Amino acid sequence: MSEQQTTGTAPPAPAPAPAATDPRLLVREKGFAGYLEEFARRIRGGELGSVPVIVGLLVIAVVFQFKNRHFLSADSLTNIGVYTSGMGIMAVGIVFVLLLGEIDLSVGSVAGVGAAVWAVLSVTHGVDDWLAVLIAVAAGGVIGLLHGFFFARIGVPAFVVTLAGFLGWSGLQIWLMGKEGSINTPSGSVVEDLTGYYFEDKAWAYGLALVAVLAYAGSLLLDTRRRRAAALPFRPLGEIALRTGAVAVIAFAVAYVLNEPSGARGLPLALVLFLAVLVLADFVVRRTGYGRRIFAVGGNAEAARRAGINVDRVRITVFGISGMLAAFGGLFIASLSGGATKNLGSGNTLMNVIAAAVIGGTSLFGGRGKIWSALLGMLVIQSIQQGLNLLGMASEIQYMITGAVLLAAVVIDSVSRRTQKTAGRT
Amino acid sequence: MSAPPVLALRGVSKRFGAVQALTDVTLEIRAGEVVALVGDNGAGKSTLVKTVSGVHPVDDGAIEWQGAPVRIGKPHDAQALGVATVYQDLALCDNLDVVANLYLGSELRTAGVLDEIAMEKRAKELLDTLSIRIPSVRIPVAALSGGQRQVVAIARALIGDPKVVILDEPTAALGVEQTAQVLDLVERLRERDLAVVLISHNMADVLAVADRVAVLRLGRNNGVFDVADTTHEEIVAAITGASDNAVTRRTARTGRRTGRPAKEARA
Ligand SMILES: Nc1ncnc2c1ncn2[C@@H]1O[C@H](COP(=O)(O)OP(=O)(O)OP(=O)(O)O)[C@@H](O)[C@H]1O
Ligand SMILES: [Mg+2]
Repeated sequence: MSEQQTTGTAPPAPAPAPAATDPRLLVREKGFAGYLEEFARRIRGGELGSVPVIVGLLVIAVVFQFKNRHFLSADSLTNIGVYTSGMGIMAVGIVFVLLLGEIDLSVGSVAGVGAAVWAVLSVTHGVDDWLAVLIAVAAGGVIGLLHGFFFARIGVPAFVVTLAGFLGWSGLQIWLMGKEGSINTPSGSVVEDLTGYYFEDKAWAYGLALVAVLAYAGSLLLDTRRRRAAALPFRPLGEIALRTGAVAVIAFAVAYVLNEPSGARGLPLALVLFLAVLVLADFVVRRTGYGRRIFAVGGNAEAARRAGINVDRVRITVFGISGMLAAFGGLFIASLSGGATKNLGSGNTLMNVIAAAVIGGTSLFGGRGKIWSALLGMLVIQSIQQGLNLLGMASEIQYMITGAVLLAAVVIDSVSRRTQKTAGRT
Repeated sequence: MSAPPVLALRGVSKRFGAVQALTDVTLEIRAGEVVALVGDNGAGKSTLVKTVSGVHPVDDGAIEWQGAPVRIGKPHDAQALGVATVYQDLALCDNLDVVANLYLGSELRTAGVLDEIAMEKRAKELLDTLSIRIPSVRIPVAALSGGQRQVVAIARALIGDPKVVILDEPTAALGVEQTAQVLDLVERLRERDLAVVLISHNMADVLAVADRVAVLRLGRNNGVFDVADTTHEEIVAAITGASDNAVTRRTARTGRRTGRPAKEARA
């Protein structure tokens, strides 16, 4: 302590501050080589990002195509896209919850309740179809808010609250579905269209691809221009061109497959809705104060609280979002299976949804992840299922393989977290 | 008549289970003045800071803001008044980058959307005034050294327009040059007529910048000294309790004359 100190030693007068650069700092070299070098450095530092999933998707495509040449057919790929949409929307909700560092085990049951609410209102009671859909989604949101309340305000661990919800809401679902246990989707209903409607005119798919590419390039260019004007580091034009090129190739390849080959049905409405949810959620998470607060609470809740953030409100609303998206996804599942049933959303729905978020690269440990991991992860899962279906593999084998993929994803997450720790990153 | 203190604690007590962390503590903080808060480990300095910044609401006693009683029940209340705090444990979000941490809770927006460019630009300017070398303002705070993290935490307190800045051991992890920078900063804040509370175990730093030194011992006030006419030994005696109340009584008698220019004597 201070007793040993001599009195009155003033600190040395501060030297005039030298320019704030340090020769040891890693500055990205100009040009493409520097870009590659930074990429390699990130991988070594454990920031794997989307790399494992994209590699995984490529491997899946090659292996299954090799085994069964129908895997990459228009029909099969369209199926993958449509099946990805419903559960992918649920996975977006899970990404929100995982960013908080929590888990929601109730999404399967909430999807079931959502479908049941819609079916009972619209089919049994003749409520307007659109209104019934809105009420179903809102019911999911209210259920989620309730989970959030018990977690944030009462302090019950989230996995216990949502585990109770998992049981309780599937009870409600069975009760709602009554004796028969299933209500078929009437033809021409909104829910039937969710996964049954296709924009057949080829202009739709190509037009959407074009809009997406232009919007992407435009946002990158705008950002670069503004950063340049503010004298901040900006993306070089070469990088923008490269990224835009990659997005364009993917977008137009998808549009081509949806439109051109024999058996192609056009652009599925389900995919459009899923993309809309993805873009909106990504915007909220990365560009708004609310999204920033989610990351802050997921990274260090006490620091977030001291920064004046209303931690409880963030937690409650995030569970609300998860519930809402779960119910919305439930309507997609009902649409695909021809109606609401008393066991819709049970079985491996919950596992697949959580697995998708984690496989896509969102950390189970909170504060790290991207909305787009819902898309990537769900693509992996649905591709595997589609491939195994084509090969006539029994569902028990599918369970085992999906389980192994999930385990691999969590291992990658944990290992990359450890590497990042040693590389001084989170 | 002198203006009332910006912030005053009157008879504040705080208890954590079996530990009475603060007992009947009184402290006045005035604009344009640096108050050093010193005391041994566990004396209750950080707890005092946390009661003022809303992390732990007080159990007993009153807090006054510019003469009027206020309730500080949560961190947001303190921020709304204009209290900015650098915590001993820094309270940074490791997963967020430097810019996001600096602006956490008070992000700049244009049309509801985060204005990353404005935030990054101002963050750079701010860090430059503290002449700290940070590899990039866009890397997660987890990747910074202890001292760099501390400077980020200090810079955080300067965002917005605080009236009271509380620094809980801000120089504990800093090198000589950065320590001097922070002490300079404290003096600049005083010149801008802000009230500063500085907690430090380094008596040299304290004597170099503080106007008054308030001593806490075992959760109680143990004297307030004017730096101008106190010696290092007197303060140390109050901290350790070695020469006990004699010191307090002596300063109470003689401490009214102050050598510092333009500073009001204690009320
Ligand atoms: N959250 C808490 N829960 C329980 N006890 C606490 C808590 N925070 C502080 N205390 C107790 O209150 C007392 C004062 O702690 P405080 O952190 O204020 O000390 P300090 O003066 O800041 O010490 P240091 O110089 O080591 O930082 C200690 O006995 C400590 O154990
Ligand atoms: Mg302390």
